[in-house]
Amino acid sequence: MYTFINTVLIGITSGAIYSLMAIALVLVWRSTRVVNFAQAGQALLSTYVGYACIQQFNSFWLALIVSMLAGALIGAFIDAVLMRTLFRRVSHGPIAGVAPIIATLGLLGLIRAGLGLFVGNQDVIIRPPVSNVGYTVAGHTLAFSPLKLVIVSTSIILMIALSILFAKTNLGLSLRAAAFSPEIARLAGVRVDRIRTLGWAIAGAAGAAAGMLQTPNGNGSFSPDSLDFSLLLVFGFIAAVIGGLESLIGAVLGALLLGLVLAFVLTYISGSLVFITAFVLLILVLLIRPQGIIGAKRGRRA
Amino acid sequence: MSLIVTDLSVHHGAIRAINSVTFEVEVGEMVAVVGANGAGKTTLLRALSGLNRSVSGSAKWNGKEILHTKPELLVRRGISHVSEGKSVIPELSVRENLTLGAIWRRNPAEAQQTRQDVLEVFPRLAERIAQPADTLSGGERQMLAIGRAIMSRPHLLLLDEPSLGLAPLVVAQIFQSIRELAASMKLTVILVEQNAMSALKIADKGIVLHLGAIAAQGSAKDLVADSKVRSAYLGY
Repeated sequence: MYTFINTVLIGITSGAIYSLMAIALVLVWRSTRVVNFAQAGQALLSTYVGYACIQQFNSFWLALIVSMLAGALIGAFIDAVLMRTLFRRVSHGPIAGVAPIIATLGLLGLIRAGLGLFVGNQDVIIRPPVSNVGYTVAGHTLAFSPLKLVIVSTSIILMIALSILFAKTNLGLSLRAAAFSPEIARLAGVRVDRIRTLGWAIAGAAGAAAGMLQTPNGNGSFSPDSLDFSLLLVFGFIAAVIGGLESLIGAVLGALLLGLVLAFVLTYISGSLVFITAFVLLILVLLIRPQGIIGAKRGRRA
Repeated sequence: MSLIVTDLSVHHGAIRAINSVTFEVEVGEMVAVVGANGAGKTTLLRALSGLNRSVSGSAKWNGKEILHTKPELLVRRGISHVSEGKSVIPELSVRENLTLGAIWRRNPAEAQQTRQDVLEVFPRLAERIAQPADTLSGGERQMLAIGRAIMSRPHLLLLDEPSLGLAPLVVAQIFQSIRELAASMKLTVILVEQNAMSALKIADKGIVLHLGAIAAQGSAKDLVADSKVRSAYLGY
């Protein structure tokens, strides 16, 4: 019984982190139709900024905010400088669709190599801001610690903030309109180019939060070539695809499902099957329900 | 205030979809642009609203050039375009579509007032205000598209085929509403229509486009009466 509960708790925690990454990928996909491989690099860079901030001011919370701001700036910069130019230069022709995606792949390599060049490839450590020792219930230690509570609740707060932004504000309306129908949004007076850059910025902040929460949840250490950020990207992608790639709610549900499935495989079957399960799940979803498991026929929803 | 278009050409690669078109629209006038499929009617509107900027020549609204300007900026200068095929965003609710039309305006009270005005002209939209736009009928969508354009309090309204795919009774109703709106808001209207007869009936002036050039223009009444124009371009 406790094994089961612990498995669920582990699944929810990692699902919360994947969902931030999945949200980042969905936001960029919706606003510019780019599958953004660089999101892993952006998260890495932002987490590094967060790490530097912790070294300086010794506050995880300040560092989380600074890293999200840095993530937003990096995202906005990539869209405004790189993507906008790229869209102009290759608006027609056979590579118009894939050029931006390949560019993000290049950018991912560039960010990793560039960061490695500047700060070196040795591991640095972000310590958990609160204890990572599990709560004890009736003599059993749960796989849920104050740190995991912080991770889950930070993710929930960010998601609530995002849903309010999207559903209730004029800015959110502009973001949705520009994603659904750029031409009509333009005719209505939405400055679509700026709104797209804003979409990239929000995605950058969400990705940064994923990086900042993931690192202390693991062993705390990371470096420019650590695998953790690539895995974050891959799991974020799988979650986003399960959720239909168009929907923020879908991304969150996809991430929770992925987190739970992987946690159960890890606990009840074998740790070595985790990756295989993730990719099999991805391929199965693409084959059986390419619109995502919760992607409705009507498609694009907030 | 008027729209003066001089030598306007629109290029699709090497092809000129619109070839050196010149005309004037006085303020408060309603001009019907008619002609066969492929005559360049939609292309002309898209050039005027900034959606198509591969253009040459000149188009001046109130003395200022509007060509080569983005549509999101032109709407701030009072030019609103209802594009072809019911320009609403189906995923958004009726209310959101209307709000979107006024999203760049700084004064929420004013936008609120405009919404009241729109809902008075199209009471059907008020009944469906919370529904997603993709649950509306064709006629209701067209009403919403026009309502969305009106939300920006335009002075020049560009309408692309509002009758497309609608039943005759609905078309009559929509044309009636366009007339009312134009009169009460002192709108200048350019109405592109396949349905030449209905359009010329409510318009002051008419322009007949043929293969990207102006084949005839003049008062709507004269055009309807002109048997040569009728048989050559209007097909009845």
